[in-house]
Amino acid sequence: MHVPDGFIDAPVSAATGVLAAAAVAVSLRGARRELGGPEAHAGLGAERTAPLAGLVAAFIFAVQMLNFPVAAGTSGHLLGGALAAILVGPYTGVLCVSVVLLMQAVLFADGGLTALGVNITDMAVVTTVVAYGIFRGLVKALPRGRRAVTAAAFVAAVISVPAAAVAFTGLYALGGTTHVPIGTVFAAMTGVHVLIGIGEAAITALTVGAVLAVRPDLVYGARGLAKPLQLRTSPLAGPVAGAGEPGSGPSAAPGAGPRPAGARRSARRVWLAGVAVALVCAGGVSYYASTSPDGLEKVAQDQGIDAKAEEHAAKDSPLADYSVKDIADPRISGGLAGVIGVGATLAVGTGVFVVVRRRRGAARGDADTDTAAEATTEAGSAAGTGTTVGDAPAPPRHTPESA
Amino acid sequence: MDPLNNPLHTRATAPTPETPAPSLEVAGLAYAYPDGHQALYGVDLTVAHGERVALLGPNGAGKTTFVLHLNGILTPGAGTVTVAGLPVVRRHLAEVRRRVGIVFQDPDDQLFMPTVREDVAFGPAAAGLRGAELAARVTEALGRVGMADHADRPPHHLSFGQRRRVAVATVLAMRPEILVLDEPSSNLDPASRRELADILRALDVTVLMVTHDLPYALELCPRSVVLSEGVITADGPTQHLLSDTELMAAHRLELPFGFDLRSVTIPTP
Amino acid sequence: MSAGHAHKLYRHGHSPVHALPPHCKIAAVLCFVLAVVATPRTAVWTFALYALLLAAVAAAARVPAAFLLKRLLVEVPFVAFAVLMPFVATGPRVHILGTALSEPGLWGAWNILAKGTLGVAASVLLAATTDLRGLLLGLQRLRMPPLLVQIASFMIRYGDVIADELRRMRVARLSRGFEARGVRHWGVLAKTAGALFIRSYERGERVHLAMVSRGYTGTLPVPDAAAATGAQWTRAAALPAAALAVCLLGWTL
Repeated sequence: MHVPDGFIDAPVSAATGVLAAAAVAVSLRGARRELGGPEAHAGLGAERTAPLAGLVAAFIFAVQMLNFPVAAGTSGHLLGGALAAILVGPYTGVLCVSVVLLMQAVLFADGGLTALGVNITDMAVVTTVVAYGIFRGLVKALPRGRRAVTAAAFVAAVISVPAAAVAFTGLYALGGTTHVPIGTVFAAMTGVHVLIGIGEAAITALTVGAVLAVRPDLVYGARGLAKPLQLRTSPLAGPVAGAGEPGSGPSAAPGAGPRPAGARRSARRVWLAGVAVALVCAGGVSYYASTSPDGLEKVAQDQGIDAKAEEHAAKDSPLADYSVKDIADPRISGGLAGVIGVGATLAVGTGVFVVVRRRRGAARGDADTDTAAEATTEAGSAAGTGTTVGDAPAPPRHTPESA
Repeated sequence: MDPLNNPLHTRATAPTPETPAPSLEVAGLAYAYPDGHQALYGVDLTVAHGERVALLGPNGAGKTTFVLHLNGILTPGAGTVTVAGLPVVRRHLAEVRRRVGIVFQDPDDQLFMPTVREDVAFGPAAAGLRGAELAARVTEALGRVGMADHADRPPHHLSFGQRRRVAVATVLAMRPEILVLDEPSSNLDPASRRELADILRALDVTVLMVTHDLPYALELCPRSVVLSEGVITADGPTQHLLSDTELMAAHRLELPFGFDLRSVTIPTP
Repeated sequence: MSAGHAHKLYRHGHSPVHALPPHCKIAAVLCFVLAVVATPRTAVWTFALYALLLAAVAAAARVPAAFLLKRLLVEVPFVAFAVLMPFVATGPRVHILGTALSEPGLWGAWNILAKGTLGVAASVLLAATTDLRGLLLGLQRLRMPPLLVQIASFMIRYGDVIADELRRMRVARLSRGFEARGVRHWGVLAKTAGALFIRSYERGERVHLAMVSRGYTGTLPVPDAAAATGAQWTRAAALPAAALAVCLLGWTL
């Protein structure tokens, strides 16, 4: 959600602007290393940075237009911070998402110009850094393998989105222009964003899995795993990778049939793992949400008192009345909203996963019992897209010779 | 226009001989990718100044790998590449890349700047040209491909054929010694295809054309070579090669249905 | 969230506003928005003046009001947020039509609506009178790091190309009888996204080769854009200067 002008006051906007500029400056340096390619180590990557980061930014820009239908006509789309971090590395991720936000602000009036610092800090920096940190931690902790990478991507993305919401709440506590109880902001923001995060996580994990299946070398966050990965996936990935020349039509590759089925089976396990993780995560968030409003409230009050003093010069509402309402209300409303938010999240999240599991189970049952021709549109199109993915050939890696 | 007497980068040029040195000399070129896959097994090829040569070969013969050696993007594992007397080695790279103009297959990859004018200016500007000289170079290059009226348009607003022509202009603006075209006729409708052929025929530069399009090779290039399994397996007048059915079959080269070599009159170069 | 990234806001024209150098306009709009954000919300009349200033600029730029108003729709999610504010914010309550509303909440809603709307309107005016290339050059002249400008210009150049690939992949899915209807189809869509990433990255590698082949060593040539004259700066400064005056009046009156 792009913050407009006037949402956060001028000093905090300016401060986040400086913070965002510093983050982008650091990322510009880091991205050269990340995009330099495996061969380039010392300063050779600079010339690759602009075209590659530009294309990745264009990808994020485009993938935000890909609608993921949820239910009853509603749909969501990818935010892309976690995905970018995992696919191209944290620095490039920050850089690309920042550029997307900048262009959206300047070209499409999407998000205020003075709020650009807030938006970059929140959506580019926090999301990306949190996602990558968690992702790398998990990849190191989990057993090596494609499934572990996909699961790590899921967890990283599921946490990164509420993390951005928490960061936004923090900024709002510092520089919000209206005295909404911080507990309420926090509960509302995290509640909604845990939900969004689950969607984001599912899409991110599936997308990372799709890239891993075809070009594992392109997943920056899993580079260290490339070698053992290739050994394990060769029976599945082999025929697809060799399926065609660039530009050859989408004619079915012989290996395209079995692969999506395998991917689907592993996807199902990932989903199950995801349910568990989401439950644990939502539980943690609910604990945090129900305990922390007091702490945050305190900060807000410390902040609020200065602001209040200012306002009271102009108004003559009695202080006693003000403070009673201020304390009595937010505790209850904040706490309640938190409980409702988390409860709704759990209910909807679990519901979605149960439905998905059942549908998948049914589809698999159909596919098993019926003939291949009857194997439902889902399986058919899964195979179709599998072929599409497979069409992207694994071209030879070039050694860029730098001038 | 004599590319050798170009004022640009005179200090890097080799001493000018009496007769122009061959535009391209490749000797014993072999290359294996870092993953161990070997693509080239000792390629020998000489292209004289002003010649137009077609490089034919089936998919996977190593054509693209070969092309990427010509301007030093790939470094040979063995053998040498020399462009108009200048060996392709690291310290000559800037000059080599000016002399070898590669037109890649997808013009969208080649046209990366926001407007046609800036894109055509990119190469000469990278070589140090500025101001009026640069503007003149751009106008001249666009004029040679008949795109002078489209200088200020963004590339993605052009038709595919127009983009291909602008891509040719982007390398012509560098006044290359040799123009290397990767599948120049792919995805062109017949009219655009003929227009491009007219443009290429009118150019006074050496041309190496990598293609599957045998009639196009026949139309534009008096001489052809066949690259197969990493070596040059045939070299001769295009019409002779294309009439050699055994050779053609051995290298998966086929003329389009209904195409009769005997019915074609070859335009005189 | 906001759909329709694909269509551009730029309106071709030859007004005095179009003619101003892009970097002057960007700086002017940024200063204007800063002044607006820094204005106390209780000075309601100042916002009317700001709106008048923008209307004057729109008239000078010959941007029709309908166009401007339509683009303000980008704000809608925040209007919803603003509407909620009087209900959730704390502070003394006022009774309107029998509902107890928070007074600071009402002020907060007003604050967001007024400043957000003015901010969007100013940005839309900027985007409507400056073409893409101009904006990028303007940012570069305002000392944005050249590498960042390069990345942004590649993003703009290839945004359409990649969005087109996405569209073609969608058509290919539809042509084979697939229509995503719910969560269970996410796997297929995610594979599309994955394939799109691979294609984008590989295109990036090919673009890099094409650039290196033409002598690229890390810097793009900057076209010789004439520096802005004093007169142009003065003209561009009219908007933020007036806004600053209004802002100061808002604080003092």
